[in-house]
Amino acid sequence: MLSLYHDARTPVHVVPAGVKLLVLATVGTGLFLVSSIPALTAALVVVLGLYAVARIPWRATGRQVLGLTPFLALIVLAQLIFTDARTAILVGERLLTLVLLANLVTLTTRTSAMVETIERALTPLRPLGVRPERVGLLVAMTIRFIPVIREQAELVRDAQRARGIERSTVFLVPLLVRTLRMADGVGEALDARGLD
Amino acid sequence: MRSRDLAQIALFAAIMVVLGFFPLIQLPGAFAPFTSQTLGVILAGSILGAKRGALAIVLFDVLVFAGLPVLAGGRGGMGVIMGPTGGFVIAYPIGALVIGLLTERAWKHYNLPIALLINFLGGAIVLYAIGIPWMAAAAHISLGKAITTSVAFLPGDVVKTVIGSLAAVAVRRAYPMIPARA
Repeated sequence: MLSLYHDARTPVHVVPAGVKLLVLATVGTGLFLVSSIPALTAALVVVLGLYAVARIPWRATGRQVLGLTPFLALIVLAQLIFTDARTAILVGERLLTLVLLANLVTLTTRTSAMVETIERALTPLRPLGVRPERVGLLVAMTIRFIPVIREQAELVRDAQRARGIERSTVFLVPLLVRTLRMADGVGEALDARGLD
Repeated sequence: MRSRDLAQIALFAAIMVVLGFFPLIQLPGAFAPFTSQTLGVILAGSILGAKRGALAIVLFDVLVFAGLPVLAGGRGGMGVIMGPTGGFVIAYPIGALVIGLLTERAWKHYNLPIALLINFLGGAIVLYAIGIPWMAAAAHISLGKAITTSVAFLPGDVVKTVIGSLAAVAVRRAYPMIPARA
């Protein structure tokens, strides 16, 4: 499983994950309160500048932003038809800036650092029976299980092809039952290794 | 939380990820890709129940936040959350929770019609209720326009509700997870 993280040593990378997320939340709220084109253009330029500082290759950004392109085009078009050009520019800039900034947080922050931040954020919930230290274990387990589930899915599909059945519901049930059986085994293995 | 519960939560989060690899149809004019991922929400809630089901999907969302490309089409990270379709990602665990709570209540008399009703409520209505206003706010379009855009998903969501419900009823017979409440 490849993370979206882009490894480099830059001033943007060294900022702690929690701080980045706070900045993102603050700027995200701020962008919706500002409605002057020069100010939003400045914000967009600053974000693009940060991309340059973080030395992000264009290809790394491309894939995430490409998904947004039809959206952005449609929104800008809708605003042009129903309101006016000024609103269209405002809305387009706002969305682009916010998504680019959010994406920059992901590109410059290690998955492990993000998971640690999530664990820290959950610490106040400890009295409610939440065990934050388990988040890392669960994330690692899930990532490990992804190829296993894929393999199980292939197995079930091959078994059904051999019998000449191909329907998605019939396919799901054996997969789910196998998964639940696997969970029993994994649970026992965790107990045997003394996970409390 | 016993170890077996943790394993189930992690495995269903993984199923949710794998469902995202399934082919998706990108409709022209539709804002978000067609994915099998809401099927993961339905399965987690209706098979694992409220607590474990919701936690499995919360765990999936943690992977998204942490920057792993686990959403359909290999997307992920904060950019998606902040984007127009982020509301649906936020709504996934809530949908699973609603399905789990209702399924646990109906467990004794659980059958296909009940499953269809519960799963459509949690796997479609709840997701729309959160995802559509989010889209309207993020994209700065009227609520009505966001609703008409999302109508494109309805046929797909009906299909996923049917598939998920058939599977949930069959798994309940083969391997019941939610103990019947006396």
